[in-house]
Amino acid sequence: MLVFWLGRRLAVRFAAAVLVASVAAGALVRHGAAAPTADAAVAIADFAFGPSTLAVKRGTKVTWTNKDDEPHTVVADGDPRLWKSPPLDTDDSFSLVFDHPGTYKYFCTIHPRMQGTVIVE
Amino acid sequence: MPHDRVDGTTRRKAMQCLMLGSAGVLWTVKGGVPQSLQLVGDAAAAETGDFSFAQVSDTHIGFKNPINPDPNGSLNDALARITAAKPRFMLHTGDVTHLAKPEEFDTADQLLKAAKLETFHVPGEHDVIGDDGKQFFARFGRSKGGGWYSFDQDGVHFVALVNVVNLKAGGQGSLGREQIEWLEGDLKGKSASTPIVVFAHMPLWAVYPQWGWGTDDGDAALAYLKRFGSVTVLNGHIHQVIQKVEGNITCRTAYSTCFPQAAPGAAGASPGPLKVPAEKLKAMLGVRRVDVVADKVALSDATLAS
Repeated sequence: MLVFWLGRRLAVRFAAAVLVASVAAGALVRHGAAAPTADAAVAIADFAFGPSTLAVKRGTKVTWTNKDDEPHTVVADGDPRLWKSPPLDTDDSFSLVFDHPGTYKYFCTIHPRMQGTVIVE
Repeated sequence: MPHDRVDGTTRRKAMQCLMLGSAGVLWTVKGGVPQSLQLVGDAAAAETGDFSFAQVSDTHIGFKNPINPDPNGSLNDALARITAAKPRFMLHTGDVTHLAKPEEFDTADQLLKAAKLETFHVPGEHDVIGDDGKQFFARFGRSKGGGWYSFDQDGVHFVALVNVVNLKAGGQGSLGREQIEWLEGDLKGKSASTPIVVFAHMPLWAVYPQWGWGTDDGDAALAYLKRFGSVTVLNGHIHQVIQKVEGNITCRTAYSTCFPQAAPGAAGASPGPLKVPAEKLKAMLGVRRVDVVADKVALSDATLAS
């Protein structure tokens, strides 16, 4: 299962996050998950995700932070979308906890040439 | 006198021959298509009337970057210039809002309505974030389904295309097969002399694919437009005026009213907002006036500093 947090910098808006993520991902969202076992960060800068490929262990919370002057999104590739971030304006963050192994491709729906991958071991 | 009579008859016959022949030899241009006078006579019922309209683009209401501390004021400035020229209506080529937030749509709607001009919209990618355009189409939509539509004004056929929804990872703008099939059908009955104006947010041609400044299947749409004598494609998205002319098709992008962007591929630049000194900002924002006179479509761009 994927668990979603949303907020500026910290997962302080948990209630709002569950609501947004529930709409986006339907049955894939699990309310009330175990605490993440590790943290990892992806910077969004100069219209790119860095690192563009990130390998993490199960249970890691990945946080994307937008350092550009332009808004971006972090949206799972594929149909249906596994997750969909709201628009991230400058300095906004978005976090996901990856509980299951797999290769998760994502992109920015505003600038679809921006692509990234999270590999969960 | 018989001589005169014979002469007169000859002259009359000659005139008749000329009239018959003139259908094939006297040509004029209507909607960019050369035609005989006789054909023009047939088409006269649908003749274009002279009128003008305006284009405004990339208003990005909700933009909070210090590059432009007052996007609402910039839009008001742009609308004042537009209304002063008394156009019949206005096209908005997308990115009405910056983040597709409800309050941004509210503000933009109020500012635009104050211009008291009928406005035809197409969405930009900023307008459809998170909901595939649900809010945008609820407020500005003119059709059911995918949001594309067409209308006629004084003999000119206007086509509104949507190329910012369901974008694919790694791609640029996208029209999709359903919309391109609709376009084919929409244009099917039209005479080649009908002036066509197409408007869509992202450029239909590849301005700079590395920055996503183009439409993946734009060529498929342009293929259906090639047979027309006068085609004008109006786009936004890149916040600057760039034109491409190919055959009878003129494609031109527009200024934003909110912030400029760098020239395509400029060294060290990205497709984000371009930082410019405050005193130079207005010279890099602007609006467009489009005059339709005797079937010719003339575009004039003016900055907010002019």
